[in-house]
Amino acid sequence: MKLLESVEQPTPNGSIPADALLATYDLVVRYGAAVALDGVSMYVGKGEMVALIGPNGAGKSTLLNTLSGINHPAAGRIVCNGKLAHVPEGRQLFPELTVEDNLRLGAYRGGSRDPSPMYELFPQLYRLRNRRAGGLSGGEQQMVAIGRALMAHPDIMAVDELSQGLAPIVVSDIANHLVALNKENGTAVLLVEQNAQLALDITSRAYVLENGRISKEGRSADLARDPAVHEAYLGGQVSR
Amino acid sequence: MTAFVEYLLTGVARGLVFALLAMGFVFIYRVTRVVNFAQGAFAVFGGFITYSLLRAGIPQGVSELLAVLAASLIGLIFGVITIAGDIPLLASLIITIGLSILSEAILMLIWGTTPITYSGLTGHDFVILGAFIQRQYLIVVVASLVLFALIALAFGRTYFGKAMTACASNPYAAKLSGINVKRMGLVAFMLGGALGGAAGVLITPLSPMTYDADVSLAITGFAAAIVGGLTSPGLAVVGGLVFGLAEQFVAGYWSPSNETAVALALLIILLLWQARRMRLEGLE
Repeated sequence: MKLLESVEQPTPNGSIPADALLATYDLVVRYGAAVALDGVSMYVGKGEMVALIGPNGAGKSTLLNTLSGINHPAAGRIVCNGKLAHVPEGRQLFPELTVEDNLRLGAYRGGSRDPSPMYELFPQLYRLRNRRAGGLSGGEQQMVAIGRALMAHPDIMAVDELSQGLAPIVVSDIANHLVALNKENGTAVLLVEQNAQLALDITSRAYVLENGRISKEGRSADLARDPAVHEAYLGGQVSR
Repeated sequence: MTAFVEYLLTGVARGLVFALLAMGFVFIYRVTRVVNFAQGAFAVFGGFITYSLLRAGIPQGVSELLAVLAASLIGLIFGVITIAGDIPLLASLIITIGLSILSEAILMLIWGTTPITYSGLTGHDFVILGAFIQRQYLIVVVASLVLFALIALAFGRTYFGKAMTACASNPYAAKLSGINVKRMGLVAFMLGGALGGAAGVLITPLSPMTYDADVSLAITGFAAAIVGGLTSPGLAVVGGLVFGLAEQFVAGYWSPSNETAVALALLIILLLWQARRMRLEGLE
């Protein structure tokens, strides 16, 4: 978790508010010679739900991994004024450990290790609590992944590919949980999604990331009507 | 029959010592993906340090415990040298071989080339089913079982143990949860050092320790660890027992000079079996 203090500095992107919960300024990330992120400036406000959409390989996961400190930026700044928890692509549970242990390990950085609030949020996890996480269905695993992230009591959750490999009915159930969390606890959400329709439906603001650059940004409802976005990400979109 | 019982019991005891070495391999490999070929050196240090402490008049029990702690500290130092910094895995592997050679040199400089031994905890030897068994074998069995139980408790019940398992299970997710995987790797090296040290402390009263015993100890421990694919502590114990029993029965019924050859032959068979099993399971 990066926590770099914001210093007074003229930012090239004047649209980032000073009180943003999470912001990146001209973030550049390289893998060897390849440039994965090429000057990304974006922000998530307090209690806001923001979508990040874009094609495969645009750098969406790289951005999230950089926000969580897994990748290190070659240039640019990250300012995070709160606790960030990352729900990674593909769930990334600890398959050999039980559901309960997976949840408890989410609190490794500190705070209560009692997983019962997660059982209130996802009641079906309660009866699965002593099962190995690796044996769960995709939807159940996604709940564990979100629960594990929530155990850190984050101010902002970065969720990578919420819908990946899940049946539409499961996706909408989990998406509803995210929206409820955001409404009730004020947890901000940065949602990375292949399923642009879903992402634009439940968020208020969105960014389109293409080739490591933000190509479009604005209110989700406006982007959903944008012809170019519609053509590239919504036209004939079939959720996987 | 008497001979059989003797080979069986001594084989189990020596097998448990190999299992301790094997578990050291397993815990270090699981967290760091490094096969620590210096694992045998921890045992040699354990034996020699106990020897010196006992000669300095430190009471039995205390000497052994201190030697295990010292081996654990050596494990930490080896760990820092092996995995600190962004060293490629292959380089780490070579470093452990280097550390094994370096250890031999250090051991030779400090203790010389004469084999050493010391008597285990004093007490009567005993007779089981007509077989005459040295008391030390019983101590080895009890001590190893206590260590295995402690490890099972630490990994099965404690939060820290679970976090360590998490590092082995999914290092990326462990990092996202805030677990310092590198530091856990160093803890694994300390644990490996302690387990190796305990093996050396326990086996020195049974067969004299030499400064260059680390390679043969490491090979046997590695072979036992391979039974569980280097990742299963439970199967590593099984592997240790297989090697301990094979060694004692070969030495007893055939010839002690064939011990190593049989151990190596078993290792090759196990490696081939592992490779086949991995292919069948579609792993790697």
